[in-house]
Amino acid sequence: MLATRAIADQLAHKDAVKGRSLWADARTRFFRNKAAVGGLIVLLLVGLFALIGPFIAPWDYEEIDWSVLGRVAEAGRPSLETGHWFGTDPLGRDLFARTVQGTQISLMVGIVGAFIAVIVGTFYGAVAGYFGGRVDNVMMRIVDVLMSIPYMFVLILLLVVFGRSMLMLFIGIGLVSWLDMARIARGQTLTLRNKEFVEAAVATGVGPFTIILRHIVPNLLGVVIVYATLLVPSMIIYESFISFLGLGVQEPLTSWGALISEGSGEMVNGTLWMLLVPLFFFVVTLFGFFFVGDGLRDALDPKDR
Amino acid sequence: MFTFIFKRLLIAIPVLLILIVGTFILMYAAPGSPFATERGVPPAVLANLERQYGLDQPFYVQIWRYIWGIVSDFDFGPSFIYRDQDVNDLIAQGFPVTLTYGFWSFVVAVLVGGTLGIIAAIRHNTWLDYLAVGISIGAQVLPNFVLAPILVLIFTLWLGWLPGGGWQGGQWQYVILPVIALSTSFMASIARIARASMLEVLTSNFIRTARAKGLPMRRIVLRHALKPALLPVISYLGPAFVGMITGSVVIDIYFSTGGIGQFFVASALNRDYGVMMGITVLLGALTIFFNLVVDILYAWIDPKIRY
Amino acid sequence: MTRLSLLTTSTILTFALGSTAWAQTTHPVTGETLAEDQTFQYRLLDQFPSIDPQLIEETAGGHVARQLFEGLLTQNADGTLRPGVAESWSSEDNQTWVFNLREDARWSNGDPVTAQDFVASWQRAADPATASEYAWYVELSQISNSAAVIAGEVGPEELGVRAIDDRTLEVTLSQPLPYFPQMTVHYTFMPSHQPSVQEHGAAWTAPENIVSNGAYMLDEIAVNEFFRLVPNPEYWGAEDVIITEVTGFVINDASQALTRFQAGEFDMMDDLPAGSYPRLEAEMPDVAHSVPRLCSYYYAVNQSESGHEALQDPRVRTALSLMIDREVITDQVLQAGQAPAFNFTHWATAGFEMPEIEYATWTQEERMAHAVQLMTEAGYGPDNPIELNLIYNTSENHRQIATVISQMWRPLGVTTVLNNFEWQSYLEIRGNQNFDVARSAWCGDYNEASTFLDLLTSNNSNNDGKYANDEVDRLMAESVTMADPQPNYTAVEQILSEDMAIIPIYHYTQNFVLDPTIRNWPMENVENNWYVRDIYRVAAE
Repeated sequence: MLATRAIADQLAHKDAVKGRSLWADARTRFFRNKAAVGGLIVLLLVGLFALIGPFIAPWDYEEIDWSVLGRVAEAGRPSLETGHWFGTDPLGRDLFARTVQGTQISLMVGIVGAFIAVIVGTFYGAVAGYFGGRVDNVMMRIVDVLMSIPYMFVLILLLVVFGRSMLMLFIGIGLVSWLDMARIARGQTLTLRNKEFVEAAVATGVGPFTIILRHIVPNLLGVVIVYATLLVPSMIIYESFISFLGLGVQEPLTSWGALISEGSGEMVNGTLWMLLVPLFFFVVTLFGFFFVGDGLRDALDPKDR
Repeated sequence: MFTFIFKRLLIAIPVLLILIVGTFILMYAAPGSPFATERGVPPAVLANLERQYGLDQPFYVQIWRYIWGIVSDFDFGPSFIYRDQDVNDLIAQGFPVTLTYGFWSFVVAVLVGGTLGIIAAIRHNTWLDYLAVGISIGAQVLPNFVLAPILVLIFTLWLGWLPGGGWQGGQWQYVILPVIALSTSFMASIARIARASMLEVLTSNFIRTARAKGLPMRRIVLRHALKPALLPVISYLGPAFVGMITGSVVIDIYFSTGGIGQFFVASALNRDYGVMMGITVLLGALTIFFNLVVDILYAWIDPKIRY
Repeated sequence: MTRLSLLTTSTILTFALGSTAWAQTTHPVTGETLAEDQTFQYRLLDQFPSIDPQLIEETAGGHVARQLFEGLLTQNADGTLRPGVAESWSSEDNQTWVFNLREDARWSNGDPVTAQDFVASWQRAADPATASEYAWYVELSQISNSAAVIAGEVGPEELGVRAIDDRTLEVTLSQPLPYFPQMTVHYTFMPSHQPSVQEHGAAWTAPENIVSNGAYMLDEIAVNEFFRLVPNPEYWGAEDVIITEVTGFVINDASQALTRFQAGEFDMMDDLPAGSYPRLEAEMPDVAHSVPRLCSYYYAVNQSESGHEALQDPRVRTALSLMIDREVITDQVLQAGQAPAFNFTHWATAGFEMPEIEYATWTQEERMAHAVQLMTEAGYGPDNPIELNLIYNTSENHRQIATVISQMWRPLGVTTVLNNFEWQSYLEIRGNQNFDVARSAWCGDYNEASTFLDLLTSNNSNNDGKYANDEVDRLMAESVTMADPQPNYTAVEQILSEDMAIIPIYHYTQNFVLDPTIRNWPMENVENNWYVRDIYRVAAE
């Protein structure tokens, strides 16, 4: 969340990505970057794991293996024979199935959070930047004010007040994530606004919102995509913190954060797999997003490094 | 410059007011009362409690009293749970603790992270660079609620070098583990930002010119590249400091340092309205203050920016 | 502001006392060799909100109060009554009680502890101006006029307690209560030093202000970090007190606390991490303990309008209860010596005979077969499934039990939606009957069966499932005046079981780890009341 803000500042001051042929160039540049391609492959694998996992898991994610319950340290170890490939959780539920389930939730939180940020932030920023003047001033002051709010504390309050649910989590995360995106989009729009194609559109009598949607937003895409890729991992980290505080998703659903914090609590009982399995997925996915994000940025920013 | 600072401080007032009113509304919307206990408090007792804390007054009277208490006496009112202390006492006890380990974590994160990032950039695409990038991404993604228990397991249980928690007035051996646990992810972020911006600066024309003139690398980095390369790092410092204060929840829970972080969650969960409001105002004020400090620093380093 | 030490004079006194204790190398009674270091450290889960006896409302503060203050009566290691400030007590009709106070009881500033101190403290507990959350305890004790005082209808001076002279206290109850002396052990009835309260207000419990009459005095406190107690030289039994310093560390995270215990940072901790007990018992049998604790864990079933309609049918409630394999929960989930429960009152309650509950004697297969049959009779089952909303408050153990039970109910065609709330929300949701099934527990306020069974009378405010049975109400009202109420208690338990008013799950144990050099720990006190003045540390062999 925070780390991305600095990048947001950088992006806000960058020149807008130009022209269409650029996309092809960017693709070539991206695929030349080994770390980025590696990251992309990892992400695809994790995504695949989340999608087809439920079909290959021998156990259901909420089903208790009664023969394991009560002696998890011995009987719940990862093993091919019992069908608990990743071992079980403290209640004898299959960790493979639960990790699949947790992966779905965590990825969903990350992607939906980033998605809200992209939609709201881009549009808000584009409107502010396009209209400029007083509108811009007021809209951006609002963003400044919202940025002064201790958002983590407010999210805790929201979850306490309205109860724990996926929806609340999305709302809470979405509420704060769009602010940086709005600043980036505004910065970019300011430079786009005076471009000939926009002026041409204005001259032919196209309405302002049509211009924003048809001409401004598509040209913001490059920057937005880069930033969104970096936003997803920070959303995932964010969710894991909420889960650690015990305010995450409800049982029997789970998430990486919930699994990790449960696993780290069990560390002293000698059941390390409960920590290592979800932590592995968490870490490689975040690595993947970071590498892809960096790769995209380098690819879309043709400055030679 | 001064008008700028003045303006920003002036904006702080409505922001804090909005924050107070907003939190008040949320508080009212929350189910559950600070006085509920397992034993179901009888209505007469509940009425006594509500009268004592002014909860029997209309909403606007309560807000007004609260704000007036702050403005006139700097009094944040009573805690609804800790009946032997009021909010001022609790914050006065906890905040110096949070600030102390927050400050050291900040210093460690900036120095270590900055150095790591700059070295990685100078030795771009060498094993040193890859190592630094690997370490910093690893450190960034390892949640501190996993790191903290591991640290205690190693340094307290196995090695017996450091106490596993407590504060004891901030003696050095009690400060080390909290600082490591808190600074790691910020250090990693700073390293990544510093590396990226240093790389950008090093490829810019004025550095190329300096290189072409045959200036030694050390001199180029220290005299010319460092200052512009630090700009993005500085813009990250404000949010980083606020993030550290937020991250102190984990530190206070795991190391029982007695800082205010513990209250972020506990006050909301216990419906300790008094502490909750106090923390909101404090965090809001801090956020505004650090954003302002960063803007001033920014202006000081980057002469292009004028307020 | 935080860590102000006590007045210099008392610090010097403490040192003087400390040195006498050091000279003592063997225990005066048992003759065991004492350790040179006679300090005791323990872990608290959370910071106690208050240590003002009349304002305390939870366990952690209660433990501290037992060291700092001494009530009329205290408890022996086995939980039986023992004279405290009162040397003797008597009543002819169980309705008017007279307590004779000891002459040498002193406050830590040297003032004598008088009957007037108790009168003022008890009035203070009930006084609306004090706004104590535990005012209800005064009402529970049946002291005459207590309800009217709490409601503010009459002044606190009308409370049925008066000082006949400095050393004689007379308490008048609104109805006979044979176990009233047991109730005076509770912290709400401990004395507070009125001159200090009047002088310092809420700050009277700060280390620099507090005046106490127990074996220890408060020396230092840092909120959410630790507190420290030192012996009170004015305490009448000060000579027998061996531990020279008590420190409590606040550590929220249980796993973290256990690691620090294993690193030797403190001597005792309870609230162990979920699932850690079997390992601790296997690795450190002389350190891990499991003793009975006077609490019952049960699921409240909402029988009011707002609950699922099926739950109003006793057959459905019984089926749900029968499907729960309690031994799986006690032996495979909790694994810390808890007893499977088929009735409400804890088995270790003083003077209580366990009722013979029919289904307790069945095998689990028999229970399950019967459950399926009952469910079919009631018209439900896999082809007519029901969905229940099960609420529980945040805790690893509650979460695990709820998860396991939801799986056990599946074969009945019952889908369970688990809803976890934090404590304050949970209390409100449960109190407003916004649930179908609610995880609940009840701990005895005093060691007598009525503390449990009263809960299920129809007008009890803690009867969250809104179970109502006139016969239960009648039997419980009758039991108050009976010489031997046991037959009524048995009858009530039988009715509860037939109606399945609640679903009993297990009877608690208190699980804790204790450094083996600490001796004389009250293992048999089912109310988990411990007094540091009785314990001591022996030299390691």
